[in-house]
Amino acid sequence: MNIDRVFTIVLLLCSTVFVSACSSTGNMASESTANVSTTKSDAALEAEFWAKIQAAKMTFVQADVDFMTGMIGHHAQALIMSEMAPKNGAGSEVQILTSRIINAQKDEIATMQNWLKERGREAPQVHIDGTTLMVHGGGDHAMQMPGMLTQEQLEELNAAKGVDYDRLFLTYMIQHHQGAVSMVKELFSHDGAGQEETSFKLANDIQVDQITEIARMELMLKALSETN
Amino acid sequence: MSYIWQFRRIVNRVPVLITHLSTMKGHPLHIGSLIGTKAGRLWLGLVIAVSVGISACAPNPMASSSSTSMAMSSQANMSTKAPSPDPRVGLKPGLFDAEEAFWNLSKVSTTKPSAPFLGVTSSDLAFKGNLVFQGNYNGVMVWDISNPKSPKLAKEFVCPASQSDVSVYGDLLFISGEGLTGRIDCGGQGVAEAVSHDRLRGIRIFDISDLQNPKNVANVQTCRGSHTHSVLKDPKDNDNIYIYISGSSGVRSEEEVPGCIAAPPSEDPNSALFRIEIIKVPLAHPENSAVVSAPRIFEGLVAPPQHGASPADAIEMAEAKARGEFTADIFGQERIIPRQILGQLLESFLKERNKTLATMNAADSAAARAALPALIAAAFPPQPPRPQQTGPRPGPTQCHDITLYPEIGRAGGACGGYGLLLDITDPVNPFRMDAVADSNFSYWHSATFNNDGSKVLFTDEWGGGGQPKCRADDPKEWGANAYFSIDKGKMKFQSYYKLPAPQTNIENCVAHNGSLIPVPGREIMVQSWYQGGISIFDWTDLKNVYEIAFHDRGPSAADTQGPGGSWSVYWYNGLLVSSEISRGLDIFELKPSGFLSANEIAAANTVKLSYLNAQGQPTYTWPTTYVLAKAYVDQLERSKGLSPAQIESTRKALAAAEGSTGAARKSALSALATDLGKNTSDAKVKALAGVVKDLGAM
Repeated sequence: MNIDRVFTIVLLLCSTVFVSACSSTGNMASESTANVSTTKSDAALEAEFWAKIQAAKMTFVQADVDFMTGMIGHHAQALIMSEMAPKNGAGSEVQILTSRIINAQKDEIATMQNWLKERGREAPQVHIDGTTLMVHGGGDHAMQMPGMLTQEQLEELNAAKGVDYDRLFLTYMIQHHQGAVSMVKELFSHDGAGQEETSFKLANDIQVDQITEIARMELMLKALSETN
Repeated sequence: MSYIWQFRRIVNRVPVLITHLSTMKGHPLHIGSLIGTKAGRLWLGLVIAVSVGISACAPNPMASSSSTSMAMSSQANMSTKAPSPDPRVGLKPGLFDAEEAFWNLSKVSTTKPSAPFLGVTSSDLAFKGNLVFQGNYNGVMVWDISNPKSPKLAKEFVCPASQSDVSVYGDLLFISGEGLTGRIDCGGQGVAEAVSHDRLRGIRIFDISDLQNPKNVANVQTCRGSHTHSVLKDPKDNDNIYIYISGSSGVRSEEEVPGCIAAPPSEDPNSALFRIEIIKVPLAHPENSAVVSAPRIFEGLVAPPQHGASPADAIEMAEAKARGEFTADIFGQERIIPRQILGQLLESFLKERNKTLATMNAADSAAARAALPALIAAAFPPQPPRPQQTGPRPGPTQCHDITLYPEIGRAGGACGGYGLLLDITDPVNPFRMDAVADSNFSYWHSATFNNDGSKVLFTDEWGGGGQPKCRADDPKEWGANAYFSIDKGKMKFQSYYKLPAPQTNIENCVAHNGSLIPVPGREIMVQSWYQGGISIFDWTDLKNVYEIAFHDRGPSAADTQGPGGSWSVYWYNGLLVSSEISRGLDIFELKPSGFLSANEIAAANTVKLSYLNAQGQPTYTWPTTYVLAKAYVDQLERSKGLSPAQIESTRKALAAAEGSTGAARKSALSALATDLGKNTSDAKVKALAGVVKDLGAM
């Protein structure tokens, strides 16, 4: 079924369903064991389903929006850094890592853009031209995110080849990931932030993935300095 | 300059090569002269690749017919071939009316969530008697599955918190809270403040001796919440159980939970990082449950080694070589050399002879064929070996999931970038026996042992379960299962397995929860892949893991990624029970096939569990039954461990014994056991002889 069509149907029901959902979820000792769902038609249940999904989506605050907006630009710079790997002669392990970063962060950028669009917010569009990152929409504070490389640092990385690239990439990506982890911490320090399911999950996943990758990159960096 | 740079340059020139191809079409003589050569086959391959590429770009993967899956679901299938084309590709979307594909299993029932849980994420499962506890971000649904065709809602516990990972032991129910909205009072209004004493992140413990009136006997707050948890029933301790907490969130504020230290252990030895937490639950006084230890099981870990190709990739490689394609070590792994690169090498070779693709003759093609291996070797120099590493390293800060297997005193910890093998014989003081890492695995999610603990598989929940990681071009080693043999406490990598059916980019899909199906004599597991559906596979041979059954639905929404998919699926007393994130509770049954006989399914179903928390893995034991013997006979027929004549005579003897009584039965079984005992080379024949002997003693 077309979701947009479902939304137009269910938005009418939306507020009442949301209110009743809230009032019915308060008490652990609820005696309600009636299986209400089975008595309704699939269409009615589906309408109710999407109405609740839609209502839950709207439980966000500005800090969530700022996080998504900023993280899109942050991720985009990780793409620039990683996409250099093949032409700069990165080692095989760094190539595997950069391939994973590209795959993971492209998907997460799409998730964050979608998150903003679904909530009627402007979703920044990313344009990459070599080492130049252009982020359209969502304000211009993307470059001030923690851990972001300066343009000079990007050019320095772009000029590094082989093992020099590996070493510099790992150093800068650890810094870049640490910035993302601190952005998650910052998000959760705001009242009401990270309460919406996708926001919490995405922020938490970014935190967990990037902490894991930082640990791995530190090992790789140490191995490089031991052999060279 | 490296070959990688060259690769990039060549890829950029693909349109030029395609132009050359069309030029070649005008010179059938030269193509003809090349056909018998590797290069010729390559060019032919390139033409095919281009046309396949074009057809693969055709829009609308949703448009295929629904007849295949319907046919699959209604017929018994004794074939040992996977259905082709795979009916999971192109399933029509829908929330409650999505198209479904079945192979070697059938659906017993689907029961939609009840009102408070509809439109809210359903999560993990636990089992007790005829009850299924289905976690949901709004609480827990308790289903009575006495009649699995029509599960009845026995109780709704409304008590919001993600992820509501559930376990049950005796009269106690345990629920994980991780999300920021979970409240101590189970209220649904959330917790708006960043720091609040109303917030519950940790473990809720309920006394459910009166299921209709559960009592919240304890809440144990933990510093990083509880993403999941695992219940340990130590065989030596009947007074307590232990809960291993896995919490992957950031450390909570000390103002919210005193003693939660976010600084690293180097700055504060009481750091909540780099440790797991263990809660002791005194069964007589669960209200006294508390964290009793926080072992630092991660210290001194080393960097991940690299592994070879997955079995699927290895097969692909062998087939590619048979087709005459060239391979080389690229990025530390043997890979097929892209045709564009070969084309480029061929072009440069011809240029030196003052020829082009258009003017080359048979002599040129023969010379090119002879020269190509050397050209490839020059373009793809072997990678230098990886340096050995020693000394203490930074490790993960927490585990995602720990599977406890108390009967063998082991646990499999999926912790950050590592899979750990733990000794848990002292439940409060587990220690690490071994750790594995893998450059293809980012984030280790869960573990499952085989029944005797000689094998373990770990899953890589790449993208956290919210991302579509089963697309056709996602690598088969990423977001997959990795299989390890265990010998003297050390794990050795064997292979990977990933859901073989590509999914769309609007279906979140990655390896997730599952459990062993107790088919005697084999390792068979059922596993959730979110919107990739459920996959049942055989991992008896760790080098050759293969799928034997599946179920899948189309995407939950048509034009964007909607919520849905199987969170977890576990075997429980003959049923495959799946928690569908949006659609409710699915129950399936296995169907006999060429991969799994009716006797093997029936033998599995003789195993009876009184409860199950899949992260506290039980040992399966099989009662002595005729069907157990018959299952082994079926396996010996499949493996050719006995000759067809021996199979036939054994089946006859078993049938005769089953149909007789008293001394006649005993002597028939005794004769059969003696007869089988003569063949001592095959472990399975020995197992069969043992069952027959036991049957005779009954």
